[in-house]
Amino acid sequence: MSTLHTVLTIILIAPLIGSIIAGLFGRQIGRKGAHSVTIAGVAISTVLSAWVFWLFIIQGHEPYNAPLYTWMVSDGIKFEIGYLVDSLSATMMLVVTFVSLMVHIYTIGYMDHDADYPHDNPYYQRFFSYISLFTFSMLALVLANNFMQLFFGWEAVGLVSYLLIGFYMKRESAIQANLKAFLVNRVGDFGFVLGIAVIVLYFGTVDYAEFFAGLEQHRNDTIDFGWGPVSMITAATLLLFVGAMGKSAQMPLHVWLPESMEGPTPISALIHAATMVTAGIFMVARFSPAYELSEVALSVVLLVGAITAFMMGLLGLVQNDIKRVVAYSTLSQLGYMTAALGVSAYAAGMFHVITHAFFKALLFLAAGSVIIAMHHDQDIRNMGGLKKYMPITYWTMLIGALALIGFPGFSGFFSKDSIIMATAESEQFGAGFAHLLLVAGVFVTALYTFRMFFIVFHGPESEYVRTHEIHESPRVVTIPLILLSIPAVLVGWPLIEGVLSGSYFADSIRVLPEHDVLREIYEHDYHGAFNMVLHGLMSVPVWLSFAGVATAWFLYLKRPDLPAKIQQACMPCYRVLVAGYGFDRFNEIVFVNGSRRLGEFFWKVIDQTLIDGWLVNGTANTVAAAARNWRQMQTGYLYHYAFAMIFGLLILLLWAVWAIK
Amino acid sequence: MIALSDYLVFGAVLFMISMAGIFLNRKNLVLILMCVELLLLAVNTNLVAFSHYLNDVQGQIFVFFILTVAAAEAAIGLAILVLVFRHRRQINVDDLDELKG
Repeated sequence: MSTLHTVLTIILIAPLIGSIIAGLFGRQIGRKGAHSVTIAGVAISTVLSAWVFWLFIIQGHEPYNAPLYTWMVSDGIKFEIGYLVDSLSATMMLVVTFVSLMVHIYTIGYMDHDADYPHDNPYYQRFFSYISLFTFSMLALVLANNFMQLFFGWEAVGLVSYLLIGFYMKRESAIQANLKAFLVNRVGDFGFVLGIAVIVLYFGTVDYAEFFAGLEQHRNDTIDFGWGPVSMITAATLLLFVGAMGKSAQMPLHVWLPESMEGPTPISALIHAATMVTAGIFMVARFSPAYELSEVALSVVLLVGAITAFMMGLLGLVQNDIKRVVAYSTLSQLGYMTAALGVSAYAAGMFHVITHAFFKALLFLAAGSVIIAMHHDQDIRNMGGLKKYMPITYWTMLIGALALIGFPGFSGFFSKDSIIMATAESEQFGAGFAHLLLVAGVFVTALYTFRMFFIVFHGPESEYVRTHEIHESPRVVTIPLILLSIPAVLVGWPLIEGVLSGSYFADSIRVLPEHDVLREIYEHDYHGAFNMVLHGLMSVPVWLSFAGVATAWFLYLKRPDLPAKIQQACMPCYRVLVAGYGFDRFNEIVFVNGSRRLGEFFWKVIDQTLIDGWLVNGTANTVAAAARNWRQMQTGYLYHYAFAMIFGLLILLLWAVWAIK
Repeated sequence: MIALSDYLVFGAVLFMISMAGIFLNRKNLVLILMCVELLLLAVNTNLVAFSHYLNDVQGQIFVFFILTVAAAEAAIGLAILVLVFRHRRQINVDDLDELKG
């Protein structure tokens, strides 16, 4: 085994060991032991991931693809655990482990006191065990070199997400939310499994490398679902994308993500903003060679992404829960990433995944810091004027917000601007429409972000703030904030050139020359990162985001009476937005009540009436009824039996005589 | 000279009488046993008559077997009857309906 192989194994296993120790021996090792061992595990992974990142990105190591263990061979299909490390997975590994490490440290402060649990309850150890387990699962997903391991990681992160959303298991709403997240993800995973099944059926392998090698040979294959042949590649990629829609919360499978905010804030930052929800984007980027072959799949990806980006952003405008505002912004940003995938700008999508991981984790953790200060009250209407009480949280959140709205020079600017430019450049079906939505989304993003920001930090102090003592969070909370704000500002600068020219992800993402919009931008419009910032100052998206900030300032600081008037003026719009376009209502009526009715039908009609009533008990009843009647023939009188015997004999005799004659 | 048919008619009449005895008798279990004996005698009459007219002694040998079996059967029947009487203190046929379903 080479050094690299050993290092990868340690990276993968270290968080798992931490998780097992904290989870199984939590009571014995205590709180301090639990957070020490899990943080040590993740820290080892982070340091080694940084080394792997250096090796692959800076040194330009060849992609490393090697099996670790063969689980089984069935019908010639090998099921293995293995590693595929290239620029894509090396980058994701570093992002995942770094954000996870920050969140681990932050959690010490955030989970210190909890109203839901008594102090002697090992909820604290349990939480650390879960987030370390999540880190392991996510690394397994990212490092996978075959569909089986990808699926394992995919389901494992879903499981941990389920466990953590329902972490406050005594709250009804938390249990409902994690059930919803799990069920909605099942819908997506069903498509995902079918996609893998199509690939196994046609390619006879679950291995990425063999799958990519077989693409050329199978590119014109068709598959028949019963309504005529369709392109097999299109079917497989679309089915895989259904999985991505579930995991990355694209419309209409987005409904679980806002609800997932029922979980503690650290996991909202780690799982439901920075890493797990980007697994879908990562997966599509990983299979870019396949998506490139299907124009239909790309257009679907593009339109789903763009519509999600714009419509989910609008919903952020009417939320009053600080975490939900950030959650809707996550949905919207995921839409941007998906739209980037749709115009074959996989690198830009992944770029946004990276920058978003940092600034969104930062925003969530800052929101968590505010929540700690507010004693776990999340309603922004109860906040206001927090700037002077929490300076570190204020400045770090400002950095996160500026990165989110794409302020020139911040990381979000580079990634979002390259996505918007890519949609403008693309000739993909629907690209023009998507471009409009994304540009409009920029304004909305700035508006809802700074609405929240102004209300929380600048608005007039609320009753609550005036009567309670608000103070800055402890250092375990603020240090991760500061550490995260560094990449949130800077990470765009070194990466932008490699992303646009295609050199950064050259060994993992394959784009057909005629689709390569990023290359086009690089060759015609790109003159260095600094010029991009200068040019950005004069471009429409940046002006729209400034306009958004200005609008937020005008509406929520200058004239705080206006929002209510606007709401009055357009009550139907407000209602539609508060109801989230009625997706929840629709799901409840059609799927929840529908399946309940269906279940009741099967229970009462099919099972109780038909099977139990007619078949099982019906048979017995018929036999019993027949027996009840026939037993009357047995009178018990000797002369009746004798008569029957003689009479029968007589008939037999008559018949014999008759027959012989 | 008595013709064969006379014997056969006699046997048939005897058979019918005993049949009627089994069906119509509602009172006495002993009567049924007697009727069963009578049935066998009616058959024996036929056998003896045919044996004589066909000059074949086999029929008469058969009659001896039947008589022996009938004697044994009567013994068992009477034994059961005694037991029934001991058990129920009566042998009324109409009341012996324990086999009723």
